[in-house]
Amino acid sequence: MTNIAAAPSSAETAAQLPTKLAKGFVDRLVIIVPYLWLLFFFLVPFIIVFKISLSQTAISMPPYTPVLDFGDGISGFFAGFRELNFDNYTWLTQDALYFNAYVTSLIIAGISTVLTLIVGYPIAYGMARAPATIRPTLLMLVILPFWTSFLIRVYAWIGILKPEGLLNQVLLATGLISQPLVILNTYTAIFIGIVYSYLPFMVLPLYSSLEKMDYSLIEAAQDLGCPPIGAFWKITFPLSLPGVIAGCLLVFIPAVGEFVIPDLLGGSQTLMIGKTLWNEFFANRDWPVSSAVAVILLLVLTVPIMFFQQAQAKAQEQGK
Amino acid sequence: MKSLGSIRRDFAPWNDPSAKPYIQFDKVTKKFGDFTAVSNLSLTIFEREFFALLGASGCGKSTLLRMLAGFEEPTAGRILLDGQDLRGIPPYKRPVNMMFQSYALFPHMTVEKNIAFGLKQEGMPAPDIEKRVAEMLRLVKLEQFAKRKPHQLSGGQRQRVALARSVAKRPKVLLLDEPLGALDKKLREETQFELMDLQQELGLTFVVVTHDQEEAMTMADRIGIMDRGEVMQVATPAEIYEAPTSRFVAHFVGNVNMFEGKVAERAANTTRITGATGAQIVVENATDTTKGADIVFAIRPEKIKVSSRKPADAVNALEGEVYDVAYLGDMTVYHIKLDDGQMVRASALNAARVSEDPLTWNDRAWVSFRPDAGVVLTR
Repeated sequence: MTNIAAAPSSAETAAQLPTKLAKGFVDRLVIIVPYLWLLFFFLVPFIIVFKISLSQTAISMPPYTPVLDFGDGISGFFAGFRELNFDNYTWLTQDALYFNAYVTSLIIAGISTVLTLIVGYPIAYGMARAPATIRPTLLMLVILPFWTSFLIRVYAWIGILKPEGLLNQVLLATGLISQPLVILNTYTAIFIGIVYSYLPFMVLPLYSSLEKMDYSLIEAAQDLGCPPIGAFWKITFPLSLPGVIAGCLLVFIPAVGEFVIPDLLGGSQTLMIGKTLWNEFFANRDWPVSSAVAVILLLVLTVPIMFFQQAQAKAQEQGK
Repeated sequence: MKSLGSIRRDFAPWNDPSAKPYIQFDKVTKKFGDFTAVSNLSLTIFEREFFALLGASGCGKSTLLRMLAGFEEPTAGRILLDGQDLRGIPPYKRPVNMMFQSYALFPHMTVEKNIAFGLKQEGMPAPDIEKRVAEMLRLVKLEQFAKRKPHQLSGGQRQRVALARSVAKRPKVLLLDEPLGALDKKLREETQFELMDLQQELGLTFVVVTHDQEEAMTMADRIGIMDRGEVMQVATPAEIYEAPTSRFVAHFVGNVNMFEGKVAERAANTTRITGATGAQIVVENATDTTKGADIVFAIRPEKIKVSSRKPADAVNALEGEVYDVAYLGDMTVYHIKLDDGQMVRASALNAARVSEDPLTWNDRAWVSFRPDAGVVLTR
C-alpha cells in the first residue's frame, strides 16, 4: 500500500494509480468538509465576537465602534484597527460582579456535575446489568425527554417546586412537613434543574463504558476473595473512568454557561455567568462587554475540553 | 518429572474404598428457568486429582464448575468440599480459585498487580505478597513482564498470568474453564504438559472443563464425560477409550466402528453375536448380556487388521471391498465396505516403509479382529 508512488512496477499498479489518487482526494474531502463547517460556523463567528469585544460601546446601529468596513476605503478599514483595545477585559477585572459570576458558575456547575454523577451512575449501572433484551427500551426511556422542548420541561419544574406546587402538596398531604418548603428561586432549584436536564448526558457515556465491560472480571475479583462492594471500587469503577470523565465534561461544560435554568428556577438573585451575559447584551445593550464575557467563558471552558481530549487519547493508547 | 509416571500409576484413590472423597456432587440439579443444565448429578473427585470434565458445549460442564466456584447455586442437591457443605458460601469465601476461559485479567492492572490481587484480599503482609508474586512469576516464566499490562502480552503469556493469578492463593482446588481454548495448537500441546507439571509441583486438586478430548486424555487422571446435564461415564483415559460403557462415550472419544446386533449364543467365556446385516462376531468380554438382547458391538479402527487374504487363524473375519484409502504418513486409514453393506474403518500403523500386502481402491479385502478387541454395549 505504501510504496505505490515510488515503484509502480507492473502495468496493473500503474492502472490503479488514478483510482488511488481519486480515492486519496475523496478521503481528504471527507476531512475537509467538517473543517470547513467549523471554519464558517465556529471560527468566523468567534473572530467577529472577539473583534466586538475589543470595540467600544456606542449609541448607534450596530451599538459599538469602530465598525470595520470599507466605506472609507482600505485605509479607513485599517484605521479602525488602531481603535481596538482591551479596555473591556480590564473592565471585567475591575468589577467584582464578573469574577463572582464566573466563580459561582463554576462552583454550581461543579456541584451539579457531582450530583449528576451520583444520580446517573446507579442508573447507568442498572441499565448495563439489565437483561440484554430490555436494554434498548431502557436506553429509549433515557433519551425520551429530549422529545419535548427543554424550555417546557424546565417550566414544568416551576409547577413542581413552587410553594403551592406539586411537591409541597404531596409532602403536606402525607404529613411529612407542616410548612411548604421554599425550593423555587434557590440554588437547590438550580441543582435540581441541572441534574434533571443533563442526566442523559451523564448516563449515556457511563452506560456505554459499563455495558462493554466483561462481567467475568467481577467474577474473577470475587473468586479471588474480593466482596462485591470491593470489586466495584477496585474493578468496575476504575474501568468506567473514561465514561465518568466524558459524562462529567458533557454536563460541566454546558452547565457553566447555563442561562435558562438559573433564570427560570434560580430567581433574580442568583449570579451565574450565562445570566450576566444575557443582561449585558439585552438589558444594557453593551455588546462589547458581553462579547468579552463570552470570550473569557470560552477560554475557561476550553481548558477542561483539552483535559478531556488528553484523557481520551491516553485511554485509546491503553487500548481499553 | 521422571518419577511422575510411577507416582501416577500408584495414584488411584477411586479404586480404594477407604479413600475420603474431596469434592462431592451429591444429586445436584441446576435449572435455568425451564432449561435443566445439570440433572441429578453425583460425582466424586479426590484430593490431588487432575479431573477433566469433557463434553460438547451446552452439556452442563461449565455450570458444574461455576457451581463449585460459587457463581451459581444448585437448584437441588449438595456440593461438599472436604466434608463441608458449600451451600450459601459466596464465591469470595470459598477456598477454590478459578482460571477463566477469557482469562478475565484486570486490564487496568499490571501483571504483578493482577497476581497480587487475591493475596491483598487475604490481608497478606506486603513483603510476603512481593515474595509470592515473584515466585509465581518465576513459575510461569514471566519475570521480565511483571510491569506490563495485559494488553501488552501475547495470548500465551496472558494465559500464564491467569494461571499464576489463580494459583497464587494456593487454593484447595483450582478450577480451569477451557484453560487452553484460546491458544494455538502447538502452544496448547506445550502448555498441557506445563499444567501437569504445575499440578504435581503444587500438589493441588485440578478440575478442568474442556471440549477437547485430546487435552482431557493427555492431562487428566480421570475424565468425566458429560452429555445433556448428566455424567455418562467417569473413568481413567484408558478405560474411557478401551472400555466405554455406552454408545455415546464410545462415539464421543476417538473413532469407533459400531455393529448393531443381537446376542445369538451365550457360552462360558464367549458370546456369539449376529449382526443386523448378518455378520457373525464372537466376543469374549460380554458377560452381562442375555441371549436375544439387542446390543451394539463397538471396535476401534486400530484393533482391526486388514488383509487381502482371509487370515487362517482369525476367529472374526469379514469380507468386503476397499472403498477408500487415506495415507496419513504414520498410519493408513482404510474404509472397507463389507459384503453385507456395513462400512468399517480400520487403521494400520505404517511400521515398515514398504508394505508387504498393499491394498488399494476396489481390492477385495478381509477385516479381522480378536474376540477381546471390542466391547459389547447394551445402552
